[in-house]
Amino acid sequence: MSLTDTGVTERIANTSPPDAGRPRRRLTERLLAVRELSLLLALGALILVTMLHNDRFLSSQSIKDLLLGCAILVILAVGQTLVIITRNVDLSVGSILGLVAFATGELFLAAPGTPWPAALLLGVALGAVCGAVNGGLIAVAKVPALVITLGTLYAFRGIDYYWAAGQQINAADMPRSFLRLGNQTLLGVPVLFLVALVVVAAAGFYLHSYRSGRELYAIGSEPAAARLSGVPVGRRVFAVFVASGALAGLAGVLYAARFGTLDAAAGTGLELQVVAAAVVGGVAIFGGSGSVFGAALGAVLLTTIGSSLAVLRIDPFWQQAVVGALILAAIGLDRLLAARMAARLRGRSARGA
Amino acid sequence: MFTSRRLRLGATALTLTALVLGSAGCGGTTRENSGTDAGGAQASGAANPDAPIKEGLKIAFLPKQVNNPYFTTADNGGKEAVTEVKGEFKEVGPSEASASSQVSYINTLSQQGMDVIVTSANDPNAICGALNQAKAAGAKIVTFDSDTKPECRQIFVNQVTAQGIAENQVKLISEQIGGEGEIAILSATANATNQNAWIELMKQELKKPEYSKIKLVTVAYGNDDDQKSFQETQGLLQSYPNLKGIISPTTVGVAAAARYLSGSQYKGKVKLTGLGTPNQMREYVKDGTVDAFALWSPADLGYLAAYAGAALASGQITGAEGDKFKAGKLGEFTVGKDGVVVLGPPTVFDKNNIDQFQF
Repeated sequence: MSLTDTGVTERIANTSPPDAGRPRRRLTERLLAVRELSLLLALGALILVTMLHNDRFLSSQSIKDLLLGCAILVILAVGQTLVIITRNVDLSVGSILGLVAFATGELFLAAPGTPWPAALLLGVALGAVCGAVNGGLIAVAKVPALVITLGTLYAFRGIDYYWAAGQQINAADMPRSFLRLGNQTLLGVPVLFLVALVVVAAAGFYLHSYRSGRELYAIGSEPAAARLSGVPVGRRVFAVFVASGALAGLAGVLYAARFGTLDAAAGTGLELQVVAAAVVGGVAIFGGSGSVFGAALGAVLLTTIGSSLAVLRIDPFWQQAVVGALILAAIGLDRLLAARMAARLRGRSARGA
Repeated sequence: MFTSRRLRLGATALTLTALVLGSAGCGGTTRENSGTDAGGAQASGAANPDAPIKEGLKIAFLPKQVNNPYFTTADNGGKEAVTEVKGEFKEVGPSEASASSQVSYINTLSQQGMDVIVTSANDPNAICGALNQAKAAGAKIVTFDSDTKPECRQIFVNQVTAQGIAENQVKLISEQIGGEGEIAILSATANATNQNAWIELMKQELKKPEYSKIKLVTVAYGNDDDQKSFQETQGLLQSYPNLKGIISPTTVGVAAAARYLSGSQYKGKVKLTGLGTPNQMREYVKDGTVDAFALWSPADLGYLAAYAGAALASGQITGAEGDKFKAGKLGEFTVGKDGVVVLGPPTVFDKNNIDQFQF
């Protein structure tokens, strides 16, 4: 079901021939608008309700906190979106983040003078290596990514545990310049959030405008058909996992800068939040559809839910249930919209032909 | 066909073996239960305070989880003590702090003929059966940091009494906010037993006349997660504009709250104290975010637990109330009610003394 309608959407978004261009294009735009718009509406409603309860929720400090809080999740959600679009999933991102965060701390312990850009590059490289392990295993073993990354989730975490051996790295062990990166602002906007914006914009542009980017959607819509059309499926999927790993590595370095306290358990359980952000953001879990903008908004929404529940002083025993209900509501809404759109598209093509 | 039949035969044989072993295990349990009773009777027998500490005792540490910095430090303290009494030190443990994960480790330790098992229980009940078996096999059981049911061990080394923590934390925050104003507590999870006990006692403590101008507005729960603790700290500061101070009696919470405050407009204006390790808080004490916080020394805790185990295994003490033993550099300790030994009041760290501590 989701495959058919998403396939249709993508084909329209892809080609838009000049003759039948106008009405169809408007439709596409509307469809795209609806997905991200519904998220923006939900976000707006949430902020409004919280603000009515407490007007300090929109103070400059609070907005800064919100943007800072979602940056890491946004970066991870972008990587996850690339993977999910190809009808795969990467469950190892939390472990890669933890491993890279710890490695960053270790790097500063071993070489205190390391400039932070070098640490950033090394972190991204280590993440990419982990991603390449995922991609390589999937290509060689021909086993679903879910199973492989479930394995590497434990494997990477295990390496982290072995390496850490119970050690904790603290803020005092890392250079001030690096820690400042974690809560510095540029024109009032946290640097971390700017990094996330750059990542979202780059990935969004790539997916939208590059041939290989479009091919990712084709792979997710129907891998067999994509292969028959000459899309190098194996190579693309491998590249996507490397990208996801590299982004998780970037997120790991930023995690170290932001929290300053690191042990082997950093980022445990984060992968599920990341998948939730992508799904809430309208990325179809069976691939072939979705945008990084939606996923990024999903991440922002989830983080804001967490913050506003804290401000609204919801009973802690209820908080997780409320988050779950909101996720289900978001997915339900998305599903409803998709179903209606599919029905409308069917009607149109029947009439149009 | 042939292979599959052979496989099936093999499987049957395996099942049978398992059954036989299983029932043997059950038999063992019954026998060892009676052994436990004997052990219990022994505990009430006389101790010989003059008995020398035996050499070559095999002392094993089984923390809640390995790879937890707190327990690594505690176990290293234990190792130091074991070296001092010329024993054999061993550390094993699960990587996850789940209720039942310690059982298999206890069974293995007991099979290896350990003289003392020093453990911090993930669950007060789940490991009782295994501990009783180990006791019956001759091992002395000491718990530290986190107790089991009293009948499953001989001695519990408590880092500090709950009352001691509550008094210390309330006193610290009162000093820092000048004795009046709104305060909040940032705890771990909403159903953490020790946290809730401390919070309850802090509320009692706040009823004292000298704290009458301090108002506890709420308790928030950071789930011992960095991100969640960040968000809860933000939530507290937004919901309570007049907030003067935060108590976070959990190492994850206090570090996350300090990190948040250090990068916000509230730095130095909203006071923070709690239970944290000097290493993780050093940065925030030096940059002026945090004035003072407290913790017991995990290394001393492990050290004391190891000495208590050695004293038990040498017959100096039996775990009865009033027994006395010497714990190396820490001096003499007396066993209290229910076999509890208390390490002492928590140490307060501030910018004058923090550099003397490395854990």
